[in-house]
Amino acid sequence: MSVLSEDMKQRILSYLPRYPSKQAVTLPALHIVQDELRYVPLEAIREIADLLDLSPAEVHDTLTFYRFFRTDEKNKLGRTRLWVCQGLACQLRGCDATLARLCNTLKIKPGQTTADGKITVEAAECIGVCEGAPAVLINDEARPNVAEEKVEQLIAELTQ
Amino acid sequence: MSKTLHLTIDDRPVRVSPGTTIWQAARDHGIDIPVLCHDPKMTPVGVCRMCVVDIGTRVLAAACVRECEDGMVVRTRSPRVEQQRRVLLEWLLADHPVPCEREKTTGDCELEFLARQFGIVKSSCDAVASRQNGAARIDSSSRVIAVDHQACILCDRCIRACDEIQCNEVIGRMGRGTFTRIAFDLNDPMGKSTCVSCGECAAACPTGALTHKPITLPLVPESQTQAIDSVCPYCGVGCALTYHVFNNTIIRAEGRDNPGSEGRLCVKGRYGWDYALHHQRLTKPLIRRPEFYPKGPLSRAVKETGPSKPGGIVDYDEVLPAFREASWDEALDLVAANLLRIKKEHGPGALAGFGSAKCSNEEAYLFQKLIRAALGTNNVDHCTRLCHASSVAALLECIGSGAVTDVFGHIRHAEVALITGSNTTANHPVAATFFKQAAKRGTKLIVVDPRRPAIADFATWYCRIKPGSDVAFYNAIMHVLIYEGLIDEEYIQNHTENFTELRAVVEKYAPEYVSPLCGIEAPTIREIARTIGRSKSMMIFWGMGISQHTHGTDNARCLIALCLLTGNIGRLGTGLHPLRGQNNVQGASDAGLIPMVYPDYQPVGSEAVRQKFEAAWKAPLDPKPGLTVVEIMAAALRGDIRGMLMMGENPFLSDPNVNKVRQALARLDFLAVQDIFLTETAEFADVILPASSFLEKTGTYTNTDRRVQIGRKVLDPPGDARLDWQILCDLSHRLGYPMHYDSPEEIFAEFADLTTNYRGLNYDNLGATGKVWPCPKPMTSDGTLVLFGEGFPTPTGKGKFVPCEVAPADELPDDDFPFILNTGRILEHWHTGTMTRRASILNDLKPGPFAEAHPDDLARLGIRSGEPVTVRSRRGSIRLPVLASDSVTRGSIFIPFHFREAAANVLTNDALDPFGKIPEFKFCAVKMER
Repeated sequence: MSVLSEDMKQRILSYLPRYPSKQAVTLPALHIVQDELRYVPLEAIREIADLLDLSPAEVHDTLTFYRFFRTDEKNKLGRTRLWVCQGLACQLRGCDATLARLCNTLKIKPGQTTADGKITVEAAECIGVCEGAPAVLINDEARPNVAEEKVEQLIAELTQ
Repeated sequence: MSKTLHLTIDDRPVRVSPGTTIWQAARDHGIDIPVLCHDPKMTPVGVCRMCVVDIGTRVLAAACVRECEDGMVVRTRSPRVEQQRRVLLEWLLADHPVPCEREKTTGDCELEFLARQFGIVKSSCDAVASRQNGAARIDSSSRVIAVDHQACILCDRCIRACDEIQCNEVIGRMGRGTFTRIAFDLNDPMGKSTCVSCGECAAACPTGALTHKPITLPLVPESQTQAIDSVCPYCGVGCALTYHVFNNTIIRAEGRDNPGSEGRLCVKGRYGWDYALHHQRLTKPLIRRPEFYPKGPLSRAVKETGPSKPGGIVDYDEVLPAFREASWDEALDLVAANLLRIKKEHGPGALAGFGSAKCSNEEAYLFQKLIRAALGTNNVDHCTRLCHASSVAALLECIGSGAVTDVFGHIRHAEVALITGSNTTANHPVAATFFKQAAKRGTKLIVVDPRRPAIADFATWYCRIKPGSDVAFYNAIMHVLIYEGLIDEEYIQNHTENFTELRAVVEKYAPEYVSPLCGIEAPTIREIARTIGRSKSMMIFWGMGISQHTHGTDNARCLIALCLLTGNIGRLGTGLHPLRGQNNVQGASDAGLIPMVYPDYQPVGSEAVRQKFEAAWKAPLDPKPGLTVVEIMAAALRGDIRGMLMMGENPFLSDPNVNKVRQALARLDFLAVQDIFLTETAEFADVILPASSFLEKTGTYTNTDRRVQIGRKVLDPPGDARLDWQILCDLSHRLGYPMHYDSPEEIFAEFADLTTNYRGLNYDNLGATGKVWPCPKPMTSDGTLVLFGEGFPTPTGKGKFVPCEVAPADELPDDDFPFILNTGRILEHWHTGTMTRRASILNDLKPGPFAEAHPDDLARLGIRSGEPVTVRSRRGSIRLPVLASDSVTRGSIFIPFHFREAAANVLTNDALDPFGKIPEFKFCAVKMER
């Protein structure tokens, strides 16, 4: 049984014409898999390697260079990956309190996922939204001005 | 013409061609620049920065990657350079365990050596600040290689050795920063990864991160060992190696540079040599005790009554009581008396000898001389009959020579390479590394095989043809070539004959007609044919999958025709290369261990040739060609062959239809076996003569490339075991035909003189790297790598097309026996396992028999992967676990033939190819049951 669905394979292959080498599709492929499965199973690495004519070791090499990817099913991402920026501007505007309130309310530590699998909270390096500090990333989307008191509202939105 | 660059290195004027790195230029001029990550065999990566030099720029340059420029002024030892190197070494050493495993054993950790050179002293400390981020520092899961991540300096050498040299692509890096480390596959333990234990990474590692585990005695520094240059005793690739010997024991083997193998080794060559030290070595001549007549098998495995004891080797407790020790004189007298008696009573035709492709050219030459001149019969053959006899028959018929026309390494010059019927990564592992490398560099591989070989991973096309449909497939390729005008008409005109006949036969083999026969879509056949036809150069490599059929000769004829048709012969990167199996199957055949030819393929049937050899050997010779291996067994069963001499062959496991062989061996009036172990065949012997192993004698061996190389004595033979050539001389003397030689060199000289191809070669000019025959100018040349640029050694000087029609296999599957059985080999074992099952590492890696079947077939039969099954043919049955494998096609089963406890050849069919007299090992009908 294949870990990658036919749809995922096709999406990965659709990247091939964009790049001079198949190897260049490694990161898009890993993103596609993690977006869908919320982690990258080891078997998926083998299948990506197969699609891209690489050795599994090469794909694993790239994957492990980035902390972004998770390979353990027990530690897979929730539906929403919520990054709380730890940049200087956000620090000055209270991001620590935002992160603490998030974690306390959700009863998890940074890096963990709620038991219902809805939210993963992570601390991020500067996400470049300093004008709206303290800021968070909701998956790929930046949300400015998430001060401590807005945390409950945010959680309510994300757990609907 | 490229320009020459002028520069100075350490004030010395240096001239180099563009593209030369500073490191290489310095080295060529005797200036040593220290390196850690660099190895000239690998792509330079410049990651360690040890080789930095001052070229007057703001930052120092890494000499291993920086190319020379005109007018460059290079300083390799300025204070600035030295300071940077020192700091680097201090940092690297900070978390390096001192001494590391390499330093502790072979004493050659390159980091610690450089540190000492730079006067950096670090007290011994094994416990250093871990940079493993909680992961295990030590990985001892591999049977052959020890991993200590803490000693790793991330130089990438192992990764490049695995990726670029062996092309196995098992090792990568993982993580980043301080916590970066090497990882096997997906960070699996090395022993659980796809690592094939070739050891190239450990050979490349500069520190104690990857080290060879000891096999016999603990490893010691090279200064304490005796280094003996030799060659590998296993396959026809004939890799050059050096054995390091300590206390009359080999402690390790190391790849040695030569133009063929370029220093590479596989698991068998690097780790499989301790068989010679096995406690079961024969050390005394043995004579069968009277109470063990009439003769028959002794061990339960050979008798086939009940299960044998666990473990795959002959149980000496079961067989030794049947023999008593004897003196050499008594044993040899007995052999001679019996052979002479049979000759007198039944004529020389009642005698036969099996030599071995594991023995040297000298031994093969002496053996056939003894059988022919002393016994007076041409009934002398060896296992070439079981591997490439059909290929050789076709080659002799079509192009007048049975040897390869170009060397395997020249695949790098080929635009296209066709690899068919060859599981190269398992059977010619080092040749396979060159194939994989070529594929990575752009050679298009076309792999044709019913069972998917691992080399197919590197192929542009993999064609899973139906078993036995080779002729149809290649005829279709030729059909397209001819009808699309993709043939080399000028070449055909000038260098071939019989083209019209070929065209007439292949006319009906249109791809659309052939597609259902071979299982390959017609457009694919056309596409492959066009690729072949439009390429400038194509090489064809093939193995037993082509030859071991009742139509094996036809298969080979098709491949030869394909080369002739496209003019792909006689040029660099073109030609025919039947990959020879045994280390000396080329040489043993060259030396005349074949019933129809004398040395150098001079026909027995020719009056002039016979007279030449009668004069040289001073004995009357039989003008009638002798019987071949399988024919001799059949004749023994009929009682026509009554006495046999067996040197290093084990037909009990290697010949088809073991049950018939069992009866034939038991029926022999007299059998003498000369071997290093008491083999399955020796259980039927009257006299067993303890011989010397490859490692105990000096002799020449001719590899698949026709490269004649010297294998040198490394160890003393155990006990009273003797050198084979001396045994043969003593026996011959007793047979009334005295042969006297002082050394193998003298035998080689006599043999070479009787040939054209070996003439001029001797131990002096063979030197360390050998010569490729023919070698008319041995003082100055490596030999003739590419043959037949100027026509062929045929009567007309032309190559001949021999068209072939499709013929079915001898035994097709039916309702009772629905599966097709395919037999073959695996990477870790060699033939009947006599050596490899006694080589501790190889036996540990693959301890027992197995069959492979397609998962769908297993599911249909309700059998789980790993479950034991009985596989039965019309000739017998064996029981062994079956593994699910996608590499096997539906409806077929693969079984390696190495394992005596489940001998695949119990099942195989002894039907013969009519030309090559090779049995059909690759095809018979079987059934599989729980």
